[in-house]
Amino acid sequence: MDSIYNDLNAPHSMGTTIIGVTYDGGVVLGADSRTSTGMYVANRASDKITQLTDNVYICRSGSAADSQVLSDYVRYYLHQHTIQLGQPATVKVAANLVRMVSYNNKNMLQTGLIVGGWDKYEGGKIYGIPLGGTLLEQPFTIGGSGSSYLYGFFDQVWKEGMTQDEAEKLVVKAVSLAIARDGASGGVVRTVTINKDGVSRKFFPGNTLPLWHEELEAKDSLLDGLSAASPEPMVS
Amino acid sequence: MSRFEESAPARGGFSYDLCKRNEMLMQKGLKPSSYLKTGTTIVGLVFQDGVILGADTRATEGPIVADKNCEKIHYMAPNIYCCGAGTAADTEAVTDMVSSQLKLHRFHTGRESRVVTALTLLKSHLFSYQGHVSAALVLGGVDVTGPHLHTIYPHGSTDTLPFATMGSGSLAAMAIFESKYREGLTRDEGVKLVAEAICSGIFNDLGSGSNVDVCVITKGKREYLRNYMLPNPRTYVSEKGYSFSKKTEVLLTKITPLRELVEVIEGGDAMEE
Repeated sequence: MDSIYNDLNAPHSMGTTIIGVTYDGGVVLGADSRTSTGMYVANRASDKITQLTDNVYICRSGSAADSQVLSDYVRYYLHQHTIQLGQPATVKVAANLVRMVSYNNKNMLQTGLIVGGWDKYEGGKIYGIPLGGTLLEQPFTIGGSGSSYLYGFFDQVWKEGMTQDEAEKLVVKAVSLAIARDGASGGVVRTVTINKDGVSRKFFPGNTLPLWHEELEAKDSLLDGLSAASPEPMVS
Repeated sequence: MSRFEESAPARGGFSYDLCKRNEMLMQKGLKPSSYLKTGTTIVGLVFQDGVILGADTRATEGPIVADKNCEKIHYMAPNIYCCGAGTAADTEAVTDMVSSQLKLHRFHTGRESRVVTALTLLKSHLFSYQGHVSAALVLGGVDVTGPHLHTIYPHGSTDTLPFATMGSGSLAAMAIFESKYREGLTRDEGVKLVAEAICSGIFNDLGSGSNVDVCVITKGKREYLRNYMLPNPRTYVSEKGYSFSKKTEVLLTKITPLRELVEVIEGGDAMEE
């Protein structure tokens, strides 16, 4: 009984699956919605894709507290930067600010992040900032505990210059695959699409996600033979 | 650009100087005193016109019930209340502190407090103590932007939800909410559901018990229903009664009535020489 109570006091962490992909004209960010405290799901509909500026969003994973506070700090710095610069901040600046905070506090923070957005100079860009505070600009990136199950999938399916529709479908399919396999990911799939026309948020409840093989009804299964009538005993 | 170094906590915060001494004492056999925890079931939900908060009233000190009727729904502002679970001292102290900060902020701005203000003050305080301030809170209120309900965890993370439960009885209460909650509940339905969820915690969780407190907050009005339900009445009272043995010497019998409240009349004349 004690272990259950200890679990409820465990730090709030987001097991998570987070994804960021670029497509021809912008980026699509995707995430699941499960926040766990030990073995208990503290929030089954959390929003892990947080806004930093009008055109830059961040996907959070790892410690919920650390990632929330880090996003708040970076949003504040970016706000100041936008005022001083006189125009919208670029995705590169946003990502670098996130990296600076993450790297300089690496001993105290435990959070992996994906920064994605669109600006008029470079277009759609995705930056991955994993645990130690590295900054890596990539055409697509995945993070969180559920990402382990997606490396092979992306190697197979990824291609440059997808359309918005293809990219969104890819992200939703990937997150739902990870949800099927990773215990720490679950709930709904949220996506945020950012391009020159602005930002569009989409929401895919659990029952609209595709089922994967062990969740489907058994069809033409060899197990059907078990329920069939037993054969006549042999008579010599 | 400013330097981004944030050593947590930079100013103030815990001083760990006595930790070595404490370790030495523990090795010598001194048992640390157990602190008063609120085992607790606390809940909140958003209904049609605002938010409803609920809490049980048992405070435990290890296996003993230290307080059978404590108050876990704390006042933050006239339109904001906060339920607290975890270490009782921590929840009291942190809600009192933020309540004062909110009052000063109200004087400063001349406006009604907003729930997100309380949320940010609480989360930054708790984060800077890295989870050592063991306060898990359900914060709810109605301000100009509408009704809000948030949960705040000891490490400083927050969630915004339509219904929430915290404390050791949270699983029992959440089971009730998950099966019966829907959007657009009326006040009576909401109060009934909150009371049901707290009762579920009271009867199924050892850390929660005694009575149900409910607080209904709507635009411009709040109803603090202390001891809304008393599902654990004291049924057995000894016939012998409780009194001192006849040999006890009575020294003094004096009843001192409590002083009456003094009314402060505002708007008097300023003092003049």
